Amino acid sequence: MIETHDLSKQFNEFLAVDGVNLSIEAGQILALLGQNGAGKTTTVRMLTALLHPTRGWARVAGYDVVKNGHDVRASVGVLTEQHGLYMRMTAVEYLEFFGQVYSLSSEYRKSRSDHLLEYFGLAEAAHRRIGEYSKGMRQKLALARAMMHDPGVLLLDEPTSAMDPESARLVRDEISRLKSTKRTIVICSHNLTEVESLADQIAIIYRGRILLQGTLEELKRKVLGLPEYQIQLADAWDSSRLGLPKDVEILSRTATSFKVRVERPQESNPQILRSLAATSAAVVAFQEEPRTLEQVYLKAMAEAKGLEHVQ
Amino acid sequence: MFNKLRLVWLVAGRELKDQFRDWRVLTPMVILVFCFPILMNEFAKQTVDFLNQYSANLILERLVPFSIMIIGFFPITISLVVALEAFVGEKERGTIEPMLSAPLDNWQLYFGKLLVGVITPLVASYLSIAFYLVLVSRQNLVMPPFIIMLQLLLLTTAHATLMVSAAIVISVQSTTVKAANLLASFIVIPVAILMQGEAVMLFWGNEQVLWLAIAGVMIIALLLIRVGIAHFQREYLLGREIDTINLRWLWRTFRMNFLGGARSFGEWYQHVLGSALRRIAPAIFVIVLVAGASLWMSYDWVIVNVTDVINKASAENLEKIAARASEIPNLSSLKENINAPFLFLNNTRAVTLIFFAGLFSFSVLGVLLYMVNIGLIGGVFALLQLLSNQMPNIQPAQIFFAGVLPHGIFEIPALMIGSAAMLYMGVTIVTPQTGKSMGEVILELFADWTKIFIGLVVPLLAVAALVEAYITPALLANALK
Repeated sequence: MIETHDLSKQFNEFLAVDGVNLSIEAGQILALLGQNGAGKTTTVRMLTALLHPTRGWARVAGYDVVKNGHDVRASVGVLTEQHGLYMRMTAVEYLEFFGQVYSLSSEYRKSRSDHLLEYFGLAEAAHRRIGEYSKGMRQKLALARAMMHDPGVLLLDEPTSAMDPESARLVRDEISRLKSTKRTIVICSHNLTEVESLADQIAIIYRGRILLQGTLEELKRKVLGLPEYQIQLADAWDSSRLGLPKDVEILSRTATSFKVRVERPQESNPQILRSLAATSAAVVAFQEEPRTLEQVYLKAMAEAKGLEHVQ
Repeated sequence: MFNKLRLVWLVAGRELKDQFRDWRVLTPMVILVFCFPILMNEFAKQTVDFLNQYSANLILERLVPFSIMIIGFFPITISLVVALEAFVGEKERGTIEPMLSAPLDNWQLYFGKLLVGVITPLVASYLSIAFYLVLVSRQNLVMPPFIIMLQLLLLTTAHATLMVSAAIVISVQSTTVKAANLLASFIVIPVAILMQGEAVMLFWGNEQVLWLAIAGVMIIALLLIRVGIAHFQREYLLGREIDTINLRWLWRTFRMNFLGGARSFGEWYQHVLGSALRRIAPAIFVIVLVAGASLWMSYDWVIVNVTDVINKASAENLEKIAARASEIPNLSSLKENINAPFLFLNNTRAVTLIFFAGLFSFSVLGVLLYMVNIGLIGGVFALLQLLSNQMPNIQPAQIFFAGVLPHGIFEIPALMIGSAAMLYMGVTIVTPQTGKSMGEVILELFADWTKIFIGLVVPLLAVAALVEAYITPALLANALK
């Protein structure tokens, strides 16, 4: 649904995006992470056919962003960094206006607008001027606008940044629902916990280039190394009796616990457990050492900056 | 098509609704529409009372049309504020991106904004004029005739279209509302000067010239709209944040285009100037056609009008003219004043003036000036022909070939090439140029014009000036003997 090759954008002498390659299937969510000014917004703007790439190409919903800009814009729903609401309009008027821009039928506009306002808890304020809305309400309305024409591709910049936890949960649920209905979604976010829970793929952009790209597990392996597991036992136990698979390395051990690094957890972890059971070890806990996206991100950034410093 | 136009109206309708919900737009409009005509009416009443003492009826007759023109103009100036922030205001408020991300074509967005920008001031102006006419009808004032009324309404429409289209161009090219407002003086000042000229025509009572003024203003307004659409790029509305004049960039871009990568003067002359000339080749063709038309028009005008004057002149006057014409002018006295540097500077100034007139009017005024210059030749030839009817010893072709042709061989092509470069510039500015900003396009065109001016026009004019100063007088004196 979204495919880019060597996508680049130069503003005079400033290279904002440099050779971005992406491939996101229908029903997948890609999270674009990076510092402010890393090139996330420029990438999204190229995917919306707002900016022309200076090098490379991009296809969104089957359309080339340069040759079929109009079709791309018709197929994409965008939540921009600034919500872009007309303050003197009411929410109903606003959605009606964009419904007309997207040439939706009047019945569909009405039902879709009612549904979205109801879903995002804006039904009661639907006839109030947007200028009177709180920050969170405005963000929800902007999101409703992006979803108004039920697009196949959604590009969402910080979808929950101004929302209370309840609203943010609502939005996350809706994004998950959209994913299950084969929508392609790109999220730009600094909320790494949210990204962890939503994204199928993660791309970290640094100074216009993709530093890292893959699933959360792939990124963890690439940046933090192989997964590590802590095994806690009820009683003192001689771990040398344990027959470990070849790809498992013991990192540390105490009388009642030991820590292992596993190359292929899917295969090796059940073997470890079976081996423990065979030796009648009383396993209290078998858990992965917590490794968050935040750790991945911070380490990747530190390495990138260090590398840059060395260069 | 209907659906595409519906979207234009949709964009305009939203903005219109937004305007009518803003008291800061409505209040000055209402004041101008209903209070200004009352003030103007009072002014007219006082002026009438005063002028009646001196029986200045002619001025009185023109007072109401003049007032109508002024009354129609003021609401437009207020609406200019709305047009000026059409795009840049939305950019500043952050509402532009969802609009640009929507499936609207550039022209739909542009015309939507333009439409609302023109509708609001025009409705206000017409209402204001109508209200004033009601007040006039209650006074002892002369109502303007239908044709003047029509001219005034068209003039108001042309002013509104011109100002709003210029304001929208500024709005697209500016990065902040403040910058757009500061640039508004580039609209208000020329239009104010234009209106002074129109007021003179109105008091002078020259309807024909006023029609031409209406047509001229409308043509420039339409060209401005074309320029606006040609240079409307979503990218620039989002990309640029600061609009400072980057002199280094200006110089670098100009220099790069002027030199065109040439490593020697010969290479520059052959390749860089050569390619610039090839680019303007279609414009040269048009300019030659325009020259033909100008020559014919001026020749015809002189033959028809001067013959008419001669036919109406008394025998005594004709004798006087013939006596003067038969005297061979003392060309040696001209030499003291008209020397080669003077001729060179004069002709160079004419080509430069044509360029600047063309630059600020998308070639319209430049072509007019060129037509006047070329037209002179046809007029002079027609005069010589008329003189030869009275004095058989005068041979028009011989005088013409001796007095115009020797330096004209160099001067006329220089004028044509310089004007063609100007025409090419105007046409290119109003043509969409993908991937380039308006500034880049203008700089490239200016570099092209400079190449042609320095590389070709100036040398040709220098040779022409030398020939005109040192060879033409001798040939002309010989032909007049």
